[in-house]
Amino acid sequence: MGLLDVFRSNRPRGSASVAKERLQILVAHDRAFRNRPSYLPELQQEILEVIRKYVEVDLDAVSVNYEQDDEQEFLELNIVLPDGSRS
Amino acid sequence: MARTIVITSGKGGVGKTTTAAAMAMGLAQRGHRTVVIDFDVGLRNLDLIMGCERRVVYDFVNVINGEANLNQALIRDKRCDSLYVLPASQTRDKEALTPEGVGKVLEELSKGHDYIVCDSPAGIEHGATMAMYFADDAVVVTNPEVSSVRDSDRMLGILSSKSRRAKQGDEPIKEHLLLTRYSADRVERGEMLGVDDVQEILSLNLLGVIPESQAVLNASNAGIPVVLDNASNAGQAYNDMVARYLGEDLPMRFLATERKGIFSRLFRG
Ligand SMILES: Nc1ncnc2c1ncn2[C@@H]1O[C@H](COP(=O)(O)OP(=O)(O)O)[C@@H](O)[C@H]1O
Ligand SMILES: [Mg+2]
Repeated sequence: MGLLDVFRSNRPRGSASVAKERLQILVAHDRAFRNRPSYLPELQQEILEVIRKYVEVDLDAVSVNYEQDDEQEFLELNIVLPDGSRS
Repeated sequence: MARTIVITSGKGGVGKTTTAAAMAMGLAQRGHRTVVIDFDVGLRNLDLIMGCERRVVYDFVNVINGEANLNQALIRDKRCDSLYVLPASQTRDKEALTPEGVGKVLEELSKGHDYIVCDSPAGIEHGATMAMYFADDAVVVTNPEVSSVRDSDRMLGILSSKSRRAKQGDEPIKEHLLLTRYSADRVERGEMLGVDDVQEILSLNLLGVIPESQAVLNASNAGIPVVLDNASNAGQAYNDMVARYLGEDLPMRFLATERKGIFSRLFRG
């Protein structure tokens, strides 16, 4: 065992670094969720109703996603059309 | 006008009541007229930590319901003239704390005191919301452990959206971090989140770090707030915390294990 190993064994990589990484992800996720505008569910419902006037889509065909970084907010809208909806 | 301080956390068992007792006693010892209120309806134990459990006649809910006036319910501390305790009720009806009722009591207390310390129950529901609603300052008590840090962050979200200051668009509650049950030894071994790790995640003003200490248990056994035990590291750390809250600039202590000689370090396990 060399001298370097002695120093290394003095500082094992314990579970704390795992804890920190997990927390960083978790807390970022929690915060993003907290900051979502409260109108999102209603918006999603209304968009779904409008789409269904024209196309027979499933009730879960519309998803609205909200993200935020330091500079901008993103509203991501995803609509899944059924097979053969192009008549 | 008093300043209202909530001691909060989200998670239970992290040291809120210990901290509320220490902070109230510390402020009172420095001559500030202080009252500490137990918001933990149904699970009161601040009176035990303060050592005044046998003097409880009326409680917070009695005052809110008009069954007693404040002077009848307040218990004056035997060790410190400028400290009063308002005990929680043993009632199981948690809704007994109404925003109007709590607001009225705090307003009345505000006239004769400099600081009102609110010991919050665990959770993020009614009791905890009532304890933080009127706060000017918040001490977020956190253990260096994942679920506690996460719950503290959730509590920060609630402080900044559900408090009176948030609702009225006033200046936000001043949030402080108090890290408790800290074991420098385990941090050094990489087994526990360190103060820098927690700070990196929560980025709050660090009010203090309280070491894990047998003195806390001894103090609660005896009904003497640990801040009065100045021979103990936890007592000193709590005293530092109070001084920092009042504006003193003190270095953090007890963050490192006692330095061992180079040989014992090289040949350790
Ligand atoms: N710094 C500390 N060192 C050792 N034990 C502690 C420390 N702080 C709190 N405790 C213990 O942890 C338990 C919970 O503390 P308490 O103040 O009642 O927490 P909470 O009010 O958040 O539920 C108690 O048994 C207390 O003695
Ligand atoms: Mg408690």
